[in-house]
Amino acid sequence: MIETEHLIKKYGNLVAIKDLNFRVEEGKIWGLLGPNAAGKTTTMRILTGFLPATDGRAVVAGYDVFEQPAIVKQTTGYLPENVPLYPEMTVEAYLGFVAEIKNVPPKRKKAAIDRAVEIAGLQAVRKRLIKNISRGFKQRVGIAQALIHNPRVIILDEPTIGLDPAQIVEIRQLIKSLKGEHTIMLSTHILAEVTQVCDGVVIINEGNLMASGSLQELSTAYKEKDGVYIRLKKCNHEVLSIFRQLPGIDSAFFEGMEIKLEWDRSKDMREQIVRLCLEKELGLLEMRSTAMNIEELYLRIVSGGIEQ
Amino acid sequence: MKGIWPITKKELVSYFTSPIAYIVVSVFLLLSGFFFYSLVWWFNSQSMQMAQNPYYYQQVNINQMVFAPLFHNLSIILLLILPLLSMRLFSEEKKMGTEELLYTSPLSITQIILGKYLASLIVLLAMLFLSAIPTIFTFIYGNPEPLPYLLGYLGLFLLGAAFLGLGIFWSSLTENQIVSAVLTFGTLLLFWVLSWAGYSAGGLWKDLLNYLSFFEHFDGMTRGIFDTSDLVYYLTFAFFGLFLTHSVIQSRRWR
Repeated sequence: MIETEHLIKKYGNLVAIKDLNFRVEEGKIWGLLGPNAAGKTTTMRILTGFLPATDGRAVVAGYDVFEQPAIVKQTTGYLPENVPLYPEMTVEAYLGFVAEIKNVPPKRKKAAIDRAVEIAGLQAVRKRLIKNISRGFKQRVGIAQALIHNPRVIILDEPTIGLDPAQIVEIRQLIKSLKGEHTIMLSTHILAEVTQVCDGVVIINEGNLMASGSLQELSTAYKEKDGVYIRLKKCNHEVLSIFRQLPGIDSAFFEGMEIKLEWDRSKDMREQIVRLCLEKELGLLEMRSTAMNIEELYLRIVSGGIEQ
Repeated sequence: MKGIWPITKKELVSYFTSPIAYIVVSVFLLLSGFFFYSLVWWFNSQSMQMAQNPYYYQQVNINQMVFAPLFHNLSIILLLILPLLSMRLFSEEKKMGTEELLYTSPLSITQIILGKYLASLIVLLAMLFLSAIPTIFTFIYGNPEPLPYLLGYLGLFLLGAAFLGLGIFWSSLTENQIVSAVLTFGTLLLFWVLSWAGYSAGGLWKDLLNYLSFFEHFDGMTRGIFDTSDLVYYLTFAFFGLFLTHSVIQSRRWR
């Protein structure tokens, strides 16, 4: 649904993105992840036709962004990092204006506004001036304008930035509710957001593509070891040495009240661990996998400098 | 035209929800009212004196004595206040970040520019229309020639349209409205005084400088002389401003 091939953008001598290749599947939510100044906004601006690329190709919904910009703009909804609002307009008038410039037919304009207001939860502020509504509502108005013309693709640049925790949760739920009908790409540097909202990620750093794929794919690809956390009734250093003696276990150590056990990815030690716990009557209370979390993944990819 | 109107409508809303349009229009009306009143007053006293001499009385002409100077005064007021109408057109979008919304919409740059320009023309038209209301009384109590009167207003509109075309260009270059207004004002003043330089120059330079000056083209219209070259001059000027605006926006995005 969104695809780039050898995308390059230079601002004079400064190379903002270098040879970017990625693919976003239809109906999925994809995160564009990277530290500040990684090239996230530039990538999104190219995809939405705001900026032309220096070289390479970008295809959105089957249309080339550079050759058919008008159709791409018609099929894309975009929330820039700074929400583009006219403070002197009411929410309703603003959405009406966006509907008009996005070529929503006059007959369907009211229905389009109603739909966007409903999805974004703007009923309470519909008739109010944008300058008088809260930051959270402004962000919602931004999202509402991005989906006013029911676009197939929605691109959101840092949709939760500057919001309080409750608002962040609301906006994330809103974004998740759009999945399926729309293909969504959102940029963020909040890692938790990616695990909670996205199906996959594109990770970029200093304009370079570091990794891209679904979260599971990446997690397996970058994981060197498998492991579990276990919680026992008996919890002392003797127990730790029992596990260390188990063949196949590479490391065993305390992490808070739990013990973390790790082994090579090629094996599965879980059954043996449970058996050992029962034999030695250690009182196994809980056991969970140490699936690599996004923080580890991200740090490994971005800071570790591992290229795909 | 389809995509132009939403932009025009939005700009008109912005003009009239901010104090700018009200202030610009009010100041223009106040000054034009004052000039009209004092010119009519002067005209009355002059005609009283002239009435005593049948030869001079023949010379009394309201078009020449009231409207021609009025239009000249109004043209200078336009030069001073129209940069305030054009200054925000693109500067504000840039500053507020709303340009991203416009340029990622299916509208073409031309549609966006024309939409904004049209809105400023509508305000100009409204301004001129309102300023014409008191002058209608001269037709009730006197008998001015309508053609030079109408041509004078057409001249003011064309002059204003050219000013706004230049203003929109400067507005596209900066995100600071004050800078945009000052640059517009400076350039307009420069074109205005070109004819002064024309007086002291000779030959081809004189013709060229006179042709480029706003004043030379406007003068004929206030006296009821319509020359298509004047029309072409103003339209070219406005078109050139819009064309440069288009180039600026286009090139900025390609940089």
